[in-house]
Amino acid sequence: MRIFGLSFKVVKTLLTTQYAYMLEYRIEIALWALSGVLPFIMFSLWSQNDVGNSFGLNDIGLARYFLSAFLVRQFSVVWVVFSFEEDSLSGRLSPYLLQPLHPLLRYVAAHLAEQATRLPFAIAIAITFFILNPSSFWLPSLPQFFLAYLSTHFAFTIAFLLQSLVAALCFWTEKSSALERLIFVPYLFLSGLLVPLSAFPSNVLKVAMLTPFPFLINFPAKILSGMPVDIFNGFLAQILWISILVPSVNILWKLGVKRYTAMGA
Amino acid sequence: MQRYFKTIRLFWSTAFASQLEYQLNFLIELLAMLGTLLGSVFILSLFFTGGRQLGDWTWESALVIQGVYTFLDGLTNALLRPNLTEIVNYVREGTLDYVLLKPIDSQFWLSVKKFSFAGLPEIILGLSIVFWAAIQSGSTFSLHSLFVFIISLLIGFIILYSVWFLIAASSIWFVKTWNATEVLRALLAAGRYPISAYPVILRFIFTLVLPVAFLTTFPAEAILGELTFNILFFGLILSSLFFTFSRLFWKFALKHYTSASS
Repeated sequence: MRIFGLSFKVVKTLLTTQYAYMLEYRIEIALWALSGVLPFIMFSLWSQNDVGNSFGLNDIGLARYFLSAFLVRQFSVVWVVFSFEEDSLSGRLSPYLLQPLHPLLRYVAAHLAEQATRLPFAIAIAITFFILNPSSFWLPSLPQFFLAYLSTHFAFTIAFLLQSLVAALCFWTEKSSALERLIFVPYLFLSGLLVPLSAFPSNVLKVAMLTPFPFLINFPAKILSGMPVDIFNGFLAQILWISILVPSVNILWKLGVKRYTAMGA
Repeated sequence: MQRYFKTIRLFWSTAFASQLEYQLNFLIELLAMLGTLLGSVFILSLFFTGGRQLGDWTWESALVIQGVYTFLDGLTNALLRPNLTEIVNYVREGTLDYVLLKPIDSQFWLSVKKFSFAGLPEIILGLSIVFWAAIQSGSTFSLHSLFVFIISLLIGFIILYSVWFLIAASSIWFVKTWNATEVLRALLAAGRYPISAYPVILRFIFTLVLPVAFLTTFPAEAILGELTFNILFFGLILSSLFFTFSRLFWKFALKHYTSASS
């Protein structure tokens, strides 16, 4: 069996070494998990000020939405551009490029391993949330959970590809992580991390839906929290974005490698 | 003392020269800043749909808070982030040794070495929003309210700096390039909204434990002429405590510094 053109053995080795590496940094990863508290801060604001009703969510609905948003974010966070920039500037990229393994796949493995390390912390935070808001407790049905799981993976894929696009610019400029801010800003406001998108005025919502961002948090979080959502069109949009981004990253990467000057080597 | 001013001048003029090399960064920062501001004002406006208020704050006065936040965010981007996120790298690569050997206070050196000029537009824009929104909400400035505003901003900045420095200094123990300052940034985002809009427990935490209230809400109240003397006095004490603690913590952390690969 081959996965992304890699034998099963290679995949297993990549994942286990990256997992072992990530386990070394448990405290840091716990802090990272904690740094996702923004949805909870926003939840306390929306529910305290009784705004939820104006977009059709009571307090329990809001609590479930924001806990779901937190969880989706935990398993779709991407930091490839920062790792890549560091490796590129310090010259570590050169040996990676020589190996018969696409360097981006190494980062994919690192992200997946980091998500596995995050899992216990994310669960602990979710349990704490339920203890503080016992009335909001719910368990999604099995199909709901499965669909949310799938769409979170798709969300991760889109986010990873978007950031890889920026990372590939490292071949042209030394500070491509600064460009990442230009993706992060619309992501922050349009993804649904701060407010469910149903709160948006309809014209803003229309524009937002043309971007990939609502499918990164809002869509999976709505499935997980059991809110009504157009599942078919959501998945269609996710797959569409992936199929646009994969060739774009590929092309930009190939162009970039040709320009690679092996900094620091 | 004069030596320290001279050092800052040298640091920042070299920083300016080296940043001219990355002019594109200015443009990116500017775009990111405008986008962030637009987004936060939009989210804020969602709270006010249907004639509601946000924890007794009107739309205009809530904009003053956004202005103060933008101002402090600019200072963070200009001064705190470029300097304090570097500490972890010095520790990891062992170059902190060279800093410690220099005949100047190490905390000072680490805190002012760099200055990112891309943060300047945000600082200016933040202040402009503060004054514009304060006028819109019918505030009449007096020398007194301006003075209290400056003092409360100073209090806010000292607390912000101390908390950042505390977290950055903890990298003596936790060495990882994606640093703990991210947690702080997420929590400080709470400062975009008035403290009275939060549930009681969070109000307590954001006033005493992680004093977000002193960063944005209280300076905004100051320019609107609503800040009581008691809070200002308490802020002065709190900020000196935070600053003293950051220094003591740095001295303590250095005792545990073992340099890299030794």
